[in-house]
Amino acid sequence: MAAEREPPPLGDGKPTDFEDLEDGEDLFTSTVSTLESSPSSPEPASLPAEDISANSNGPKPTEVVLDDDREDLFAEATEEVSLDSPEREPILSSEPSPAVTPVTPTTLIAPRIESKSMSAPVIFDRSREEIEEEANGDIFDIEIGVSDPEKVGDGMNAYMAYRVTTKTSLSMFSKSEFSVKRRFSDFLGLHSKLASKYLHVGYIVPPAPEKSIGMTKVKVGKEDSSSTEFVEKRRAALERYLQRTVKHPTLLQDPDLRQFLESSELPRAVNTQALSGAGILRMVNKAADAVNKMTIKMNESDAWFEEKQQQFENLDQQLRKLHVSVEALVCHRKELSANTAAFAKSAAMLGNSEDHTALSRALSQLAEVEEKIDQLHQEQAFADFYMFSELLSDYIRLIAAVKGVFDHRMKCWQKWEDAQITLLKKREAEAKMMVANKPDKIQQAKNEIREWEAKVQQGERDFEQISKTIRKEVGRFEKERVKDFKTVIIKYLESLVQTQQQLIKYWEAFLPEAKAIA
Amino acid sequence: MMEGLDDGPDFLSEEDRGLKAINVDLQSDAALQVDISDALSERDKVKFTVHTKSSLPNFKQNEFSVVRQHEEFIWLHDSFVENEDYAGYIIPPAPPRPDFDASREKLQKLGEGEGSMTKEEFTKMKQELEAEYLAIFKKTVAMHEVFLCRVAAHPILRRDLNFHVFLEYNQDLSVRGKNKKEKLEDFFKNMVKSADGVIVSGVKDVDDFFEHERTFLLEYHNRVKDASAKSDRMTRSHKSAADDYNRIGSSLYALGTQDSTDICKFFLKVSELFDKTRKIEARVSADEDLKLSDLLKYYLRESQAAKDLLYRRSRSLVDYENANKALDKARAKNKDVLQAETSQQLCCQKFEKISESAKQELIDFKTRRVAAFRKNLVELAELELKHAKVEYVSRARWLTPVIPALWEAKAGRSRGQEIETILATTGNLQLLQNCLAVLNGDT
Repeated sequence: MAAEREPPPLGDGKPTDFEDLEDGEDLFTSTVSTLESSPSSPEPASLPAEDISANSNGPKPTEVVLDDDREDLFAEATEEVSLDSPEREPILSSEPSPAVTPVTPTTLIAPRIESKSMSAPVIFDRSREEIEEEANGDIFDIEIGVSDPEKVGDGMNAYMAYRVTTKTSLSMFSKSEFSVKRRFSDFLGLHSKLASKYLHVGYIVPPAPEKSIGMTKVKVGKEDSSSTEFVEKRRAALERYLQRTVKHPTLLQDPDLRQFLESSELPRAVNTQALSGAGILRMVNKAADAVNKMTIKMNESDAWFEEKQQQFENLDQQLRKLHVSVEALVCHRKELSANTAAFAKSAAMLGNSEDHTALSRALSQLAEVEEKIDQLHQEQAFADFYMFSELLSDYIRLIAAVKGVFDHRMKCWQKWEDAQITLLKKREAEAKMMVANKPDKIQQAKNEIREWEAKVQQGERDFEQISKTIRKEVGRFEKERVKDFKTVIIKYLESLVQTQQQLIKYWEAFLPEAKAIA
Repeated sequence: MMEGLDDGPDFLSEEDRGLKAINVDLQSDAALQVDISDALSERDKVKFTVHTKSSLPNFKQNEFSVVRQHEEFIWLHDSFVENEDYAGYIIPPAPPRPDFDASREKLQKLGEGEGSMTKEEFTKMKQELEAEYLAIFKKTVAMHEVFLCRVAAHPILRRDLNFHVFLEYNQDLSVRGKNKKEKLEDFFKNMVKSADGVIVSGVKDVDDFFEHERTFLLEYHNRVKDASAKSDRMTRSHKSAADDYNRIGSSLYALGTQDSTDICKFFLKVSELFDKTRKIEARVSADEDLKLSDLLKYYLRESQAAKDLLYRRSRSLVDYENANKALDKARAKNKDVLQAETSQQLCCQKFEKISESAKQELIDFKTRRVAAFRKNLVELAELELKHAKVEYVSRARWLTPVIPALWEAKAGRSRGQEIETILATTGNLQLLQNCLAVLNGDT
């Protein structure tokens, strides 16, 4: 996979950049080779879900700095890397220029990792970016797979255990390759922990797969195709969820995530059950939030946020519509496959009863062709679903998370407003005390004022912080989205191409048979 | 509604003329040539213009046309069936009633739902539905034509007086559709007939040929029925999958028009591709429908007609045997012997006449059937191949500029060569050159 370059450790500043410059040539050759290895898409995708991570990590050079208008260091890079594949070629073929160096892909260089641990911000802005870059660089260093669903236990207490395999060269993990067994509620537990920590500060935390009824059938023990389908669907969804989560540079650092990936035993996350105390609390909170959203009228000073919110609304609607159409396609494709199979059988019977030998043989051949085509249709339906439809539903949920983040910002603003109002009231109270001349109360009032002044400042800071984070997050989200969509759609189209190829083969084989009917 | 869909001469292009021979392999000779040169669709009627070219003396002119409706075709068919003289022939099955209801419903629904979709979607769907309507229309014309051609090609039936009246009489034949009473009578007649058929089929036939034919036809008819139904369903699902592509294409288009970033341009391109795919898929399903489903449906009807012939023959055999028994009884009692003898003679003659012609008819049926299947299966395979190749090439061509570096860097060389081979075999040099230019990096 094409990896990201890891910027020099914090203290080194400029000189190291030039050091990297000399490595420029090497950087490029290795880039080309890694590019070659990254897209496995032309081959029939083995596990489409898994490949997505590999691919989406692949062809694009750093995106993280695109929205950063802060550092001049990256300013030029922002222009050059406009991230359309054909345009990438000029970048690759041109010589490494100083501005471009920091953002071009590099090979995985494990030893640089120790710089990662330096997260203490000396210069706040700069370190943040660099950490992200480092993290981004390391992202390509971590591969997650979810596999081997195994039924554990019996009856209604049974559950599916999935094997989570991590391959990484990041130093924050103790080993480079390890796997653990996790169950679905563990994933939900992880998500709720991450959400509680990061959502309210403005990070877009990828949503976990939804709970659904399908599991009960599996628990009850019916091993039929629909339950295996369900398990497979869930497995793929969990894998995508984890891959998205680790791609997020800040979330990757989180100890909870690390614990989830590494430790062999995990405390059972009971709070994820729908009917538990925590579950009910969640529902109540959600309702309260919905009411709040309607009452808060935010004074939006930043047009960017308004624009983005509108954009996301539109996007949400469009994606939902598209999702519905794609689901219909999946359904019809499955129908087509079933009908083709039925027709194949019928044609075979017809061939049997036909007494003209050549025609009979041709009809049987036709039946065989149709059967093979039916298989093709089934596979195509599979691809339709796993690539296209699931991508869309994932993004619909992600956008809901994004909207949630915007809502949190609104709440933050509300808090700040409230603090300001309270401060005002306290000041008025103090003035009144001054007039009434009650010294002890005055002191208390002054203390309160100080307290609230601090709160107002904090509120302002928080608000600024969340706004900044959201901007960055949205930028990252957009990039990810572009990558994801392009990759998946291209893969999907390639699968369609494969199908056509097969169809051609089958019909070509049949044609001489048909012509041979005397 | 689709008033006056009178497309005139270009309506029946070369392609359609080919439709004529789809299900039957006919030798049309100069003595009598019949075809449907035009058709007009009105509210619930379709008016066919039947055009005849003949050198036979019994017609007043050598070339003439009349306008006929579906009911008049049915009248002609029924007159054949009821005619005792034709008992020994396979009566060409009547064409099915033109059925535009489904299509009309869809058009109506579309009109009602106009407000809820975008302009492009609406125009697209309207075009689609119109194309569907046209396709059904062409099919029904073809089926009526096939019926007439079969009659014209049959050495005995072509001389039928009713047929000549049908062809020539340029006034309305004032044939009305059966009213309720007649339909009820028909229904009872059919019930009696099928009951009788069961009785009659119990009688073992002396002649091996006919015995074999009977078992064969019975089984064949059932299987064709089954295959025809399944093929219909398959074609329909194919069509609905193709329709889905349409909707996906429009949604992608909507996504693409949101703003002008790269991803949106990408979406626009993908939406284009889906549009193209849909057209091809729709054509595939239409061709399948034509070559496979229609073929099976037609032979369903013909095998029914053949079964009817066998039934008539068995009936006459039973009559013959009964007449024999009656004769023996009369001779034994020595009463009404002459009467019994004449009736026995009649039955005997009838039976033998039917048997003779039936044998020939059944052999012809087989030849026709084999030829029709061969033709259609070959054409089906060729069309499927053609469409699959076109679709493959268009998609491959589309994908290539999108990820040129990747393809060339990796196994791209071989993929590029694959495309070249396909293009070369389909013989389109221009396409090949375009593709190469694209592969070499002009986006």
